[in-house]
Amino acid sequence: MSIEYIETFFFSALRIATPIMYVALCATISLQGGLTNMAAESMMLISAVTGVIFSALTQNLLLGILAGALSSVLITLFLCFAAFIMKVDLYLMSIALNTAMSGATIYIMWVMTGNKANTAGYFASLQMPEVNIPIIQHIPFIGNIISGQNGFTYIAIIMIFVVWFLIFRTKLGLRIRAVGQNPQAAESVGINPYKIYTIAFVMASLIASLGGMFLSMGYQNMFIRDMTGGKGFIGMAAATIANASPIGAALLAIVFGLADAITNYSKLYITDSQFLSAMPYIITTSLLFILSYVRVKKNESDMRKRKLAALKASETQE
Amino acid sequence: MAKELLKMEGITKIYSNGFMANKDISFTVNEGEIHALIGENGAGKTTLMKILFGLEDCQQGKIFIEGKECHMENPLDAIAKGVGMVHQHFMLVPNLTVAENVVLGIEPGPGQIFDKKTAIKMTEEASEKFQLKVDPNALVRDISVGLKQKVELLKALIRGVKVLILDEPTAVLTPQEVRELFVQLKNLKENGYGIIFISHKLDEVMELCDSATVLRHGRVSGFIKREDMDEKTLSRLIVGRDIVNSIEKDDASTGETILKIRNVSYVDDIGKKIVNDVSFGVRAGEIVGIAGVEGNGQNEISEMITGLLPMTEGSIVINGTEIKGLNINQIRKLGIAHISEDRMTYGCAQDMSIYDNLASIYLDNPKFIKGAFIDQKALSKYVKDCIEEFEIACDSEKSPVRMLSGGNIQKVIVAREFTSGANIIIANQPTRGIDVGTASLIHKLLHKYTREKGFGVLLISSDLNEVMNLSDRLLIMRNGKIAAQFTDTSKVNDEMMGEYMLGIKKMTEEERGELY
Repeated sequence: MSIEYIETFFFSALRIATPIMYVALCATISLQGGLTNMAAESMMLISAVTGVIFSALTQNLLLGILAGALSSVLITLFLCFAAFIMKVDLYLMSIALNTAMSGATIYIMWVMTGNKANTAGYFASLQMPEVNIPIIQHIPFIGNIISGQNGFTYIAIIMIFVVWFLIFRTKLGLRIRAVGQNPQAAESVGINPYKIYTIAFVMASLIASLGGMFLSMGYQNMFIRDMTGGKGFIGMAAATIANASPIGAALLAIVFGLADAITNYSKLYITDSQFLSAMPYIITTSLLFILSYVRVKKNESDMRKRKLAALKASETQE
Repeated sequence: MAKELLKMEGITKIYSNGFMANKDISFTVNEGEIHALIGENGAGKTTLMKILFGLEDCQQGKIFIEGKECHMENPLDAIAKGVGMVHQHFMLVPNLTVAENVVLGIEPGPGQIFDKKTAIKMTEEASEKFQLKVDPNALVRDISVGLKQKVELLKALIRGVKVLILDEPTAVLTPQEVRELFVQLKNLKENGYGIIFISHKLDEVMELCDSATVLRHGRVSGFIKREDMDEKTLSRLIVGRDIVNSIEKDDASTGETILKIRNVSYVDDIGKKIVNDVSFGVRAGEIVGIAGVEGNGQNEISEMITGLLPMTEGSIVINGTEIKGLNINQIRKLGIAHISEDRMTYGCAQDMSIYDNLASIYLDNPKFIKGAFIDQKALSKYVKDCIEEFEIACDSEKSPVRMLSGGNIQKVIVAREFTSGANIIIANQPTRGIDVGTASLIHKLLHKYTREKGFGVLLISSDLNEVMNLSDRLLIMRNGKIAAQFTDTSKVNDEMMGEYMLGIKKMTEEERGELY
């Protein structure tokens, strides 16, 4: 296996991890606010299709991205309206929204292009350019992995710190955490939990929309039906396992990206396409088991150590 | 004449279900005054305070703050107008630091940036000014209940309130923490704050408060000044009849030891040895009291006996059967009844009816089973008898338990446990947070069942009067061990108990005598 081969493997792993990273950060914000964000799929899908259409129509990348982000915010506001004002169950509503958006994006595509599979040929989306980072690109091995990625990938890495700063260093972040842990306490000092939930969800939707647009305007230059393929849920899992830590969630997203990359490279050796399409999920699920098992075992052994130490301490006392 | 800080006038509140919680209530709080609001559970104290704090609306009545008429839209509005409240269940965020909790909602810093250093400084300054010592960097989940209460006080004070509502602040505190709280409250009073002190405990009210308004069935039944306060008058105003707090206790005629605790230890999750090699017993026909500063292992003992907590070492024998390896249901069947300290979690199912709660432990009892079905007729009769015998005040046996007042909820639990066929009752804080009338009923029942039916009772309580009045033998727990035993409780007083509770004195094994 040559060096170039390994380089391309890690390069593609980072690229594949990008949308998962976005969703993981999106889920992290919601989770800090005490709610699981199950609607990330729909946030990504709607912004992916809207971004493609607007960037193609206006021939302006920034306008396309803004339109995509706006569409994601709009459906999130609808979700928040339904859940927090009309008191529909948030999770049922999220699942319903995911199903609806899967259909709605296909419908939008069909109305605009007459095609139900993808927008290629009708709308050539503008793409986020690839960026070579000065200095780093000349470092052997590392340079070839980190430099030359799509602009969205770098924004994702910046987002890790933005989200961290937001949660741990701003007033809003403090309120999000307060509401997440004890809404009554927050309410008793005049913080409206539903307002905080809504703000957290809208910010989460902005981040998720970037993940969606990476798929259709970075990774590809078109919208393909159901192109998110469950990434929203993988990101949710990453955030949950990382205990809503932005950095932990992003790192786990990269691990999941590796799982996908392994699948891609296995294509050279495995020909069964059904098995291949299931493979990233099999790897992810196994990883979840292992991580959770490691954590439980670690807690148990910590507990045992402390108990033993205490017994010894009390014995020596007597 | 001190300046009037707060006046509530003619407050009437009728809930949408037609229940009149407050009827024409008026009272005032002056600058530098601690005003007690007392009454049985369900007398309308909480509702009244909710109206004052903007959590509930009232149909009639006016609120004046420093002479100006106000209407409280919501708690934030109430705080802005100068009314703060320390809730019975703390409104704190466990994973945030003390400082973060104190400034939550009024965070310092430029724009959206949260300035942690200033927050810590603000907390330290307030902590200094009001003499409420806290560590601003500690996580709230790691600090003691007493400290949490200080954080709550700071939260209100830092927002500049002038009137503080304290909803049963001593219910969750240890005796020392209560002392400390009283010193702090008197200090606030000196500084001109007005304090509304809600409590059940008459001795505390008499010690701390300058005046008291007594509520009964949603009306003011009396206003009383400090100099006129005595236990009898207060009791009469609260329940509308004289109650004799100490029961007439006769000597116990004890039988064999039915509950044996032998060399029992418990080590908790973080490795602390909470119960340390404890042995004692409870004989038929006697009440054994356990007193001690909270957190010295009393709770764990009661939970180990009832099977809620697995013991680390030792053995517990109930009516001749070792309980190791048995589940809670099997342990109960050996003859244990449990009045839990936490009545809303372990004592009852809040949303279920009185009927269902009473029936819940009889679902496999042949007395109430006909083939595969429950014998509704027999059960119905049993429930009616319970409601009558234990004086449970309710509209119907079908109404959900959470609609009852605290005292009546406890009566439901007591009724179920006393009639469960058990002969050993573990009563853990059976009268905490409960009105005087119900408390006295429970005391009488405990006494009656041991004398007439030969029950053994293990009574764990932080109310020293309660354990002194009821116990035939009184044990003091400290650091997970039995520090003392008194076999004649009539010769015991608070001070003697305090010395053993705080570890100033220790009894030798000979002095302690036989623990059975």
